[in-house]
Amino acid sequence: MSVTKTTYNDKVVRQFAVMTVIWGIVGMLVGVIIAAQLVWPELNIGWLHFGRLRALHTNAVIFAFGGSALFATSYWVVQRTNHTRLWGGPLIPFTFWGWQVVILLAAITLPLGITQAKEYAELEWPIDILITLVWVSYAVVFFGTIAKRTVSHIYVANWFFGAFIIAVALLHLVNSAAVPITLTKSYSAYSGVQDAMIQWWYGHNAVGFFLTAGFLGMMYYFVPKQAGRPVYSYRLSVVHFWALIFTYMWAGPHHLHYTALPDWTQSVGMVFSLILLAPSWGGMINGIMTLSGAWHKLRDDPILKFLITSLSFYGMSTFEGPMMAIKTVNALSHYTDWTVGHVHSGALGWVAMVSIGSIYYLLPKLFGKTEMYSTKLVTTHFWIATIGTVLYIASMWIAGVMQGLMWRAVNVDGTLAYSFVESVKGSYPFWAIRWLGGVLFLSGMLIMAYNMFKTMAGGKIQDVPVNAAVAHHA
Amino acid sequence: MESIYLLIPVSVVLVFAIALVFWWSVRSGQFDDLEGPGFRILMDEDIPPVEKKPPEADESKKG
Repeated sequence: MSVTKTTYNDKVVRQFAVMTVIWGIVGMLVGVIIAAQLVWPELNIGWLHFGRLRALHTNAVIFAFGGSALFATSYWVVQRTNHTRLWGGPLIPFTFWGWQVVILLAAITLPLGITQAKEYAELEWPIDILITLVWVSYAVVFFGTIAKRTVSHIYVANWFFGAFIIAVALLHLVNSAAVPITLTKSYSAYSGVQDAMIQWWYGHNAVGFFLTAGFLGMMYYFVPKQAGRPVYSYRLSVVHFWALIFTYMWAGPHHLHYTALPDWTQSVGMVFSLILLAPSWGGMINGIMTLSGAWHKLRDDPILKFLITSLSFYGMSTFEGPMMAIKTVNALSHYTDWTVGHVHSGALGWVAMVSIGSIYYLLPKLFGKTEMYSTKLVTTHFWIATIGTVLYIASMWIAGVMQGLMWRAVNVDGTLAYSFVESVKGSYPFWAIRWLGGVLFLSGMLIMAYNMFKTMAGGKIQDVPVNAAVAHHA
Repeated sequence: MESIYLLIPVSVVLVFAIALVFWWSVRSGQFDDLEGPGFRILMDEDIPPVEKKPPEADESKKG
């Protein structure tokens, strides 16, 4: 309505977008280092050994890289699709700077060995409190912005982002409950198998809501925008959302097959994991089919290549996941590198690629350009990243199945056919290939950073007036 | 399995909360049109008019 325009708040999007690339490089570099440490054990020096850097790697790529990508894209999408400026005043910069401080504290405390020893929730209680404050502010900003929208319909991407924000808040609060002893040490509020159950309820839902729902929100906005076509079926996207939301919460026990967890709980986890295949593939097909009739666009648009390939990996890993959750398959795959391969099929192939594609979409628009400094380099990045991902996954599949088969092989007299260290020895060539895959993926990120800084240089940043053309469509 | 006593109520409450949001969204007409919204995001002019038209009314820009 107002012609003396309010503008979109793109400053915070800009900040998070740039930090996505920076933290991507940092997190993946740590990943490459720990992959090298497995191949060349002499690289485990002092504090910087695998045991401590591994947690730093997972935290950096999930929460620093993935988190920044989610902040950037959700802040962009919530403003654009709701035709309103981001609401929340000082809370908005607080989410940025607060999140950066969390990341910094993680980078300091984890190598020092300060940890709650809960996977993907290692950070100690004072940092957990800061995370809570940032997250609540994020929720207030996000839902505040939706509340003051100037269109009545809430676009489907916002539903995914919104569910991700609420679910992560809940997961974090329940799982991080702890009794502090000192500033840097606390004990979990739960113990034994209770703790394990809570931890994997958290752990798998972190995958489901942090690494899936949030990025699906990204997908439902950036794939149609980049393709210039509406999502294949908007109806299916709504069904996808509600199906995923209603069924996700109980998949966690598949991380605890054949443990002290009661059998029935394991079976419930398995069944719910299998059910998840349906909404996941519905979403994947919906995303890919958005290109139906416009497949030629894939040929010369590397951003679209990133986005569509990410969906293919999403489809692959959401098929593999339910299969691995079946108890008999899990008996072979659990504790092997197959799991690591599965995670990276999702992490590199899906999460990283959809983020990279979305950030490539955003960068020129954020810095007053029409396109990236070099589209060729984006294409190069795409191929390097894809080859890196495939090397990573394939080597881990082979290593994982080999390990699983070696560990379970028995001689006729019932003794184990192989000692553990023999499976370690057999894994070396595959760990080397995995390291190479990681190096390739990291190189792609370095290319992206170069391209990003070149795109940023000399750009004239313009505030974009809030779209007020609502009346025409109503 | 005391952890179940926490997780199951949390999940049940959550499902009811989700059902409530679902009920609200259906009642308030969020899903009345399941075609248009897909097109609408493509029609938004939401990026800066880069070097296309000469700046007519952009006193709001800061270098």
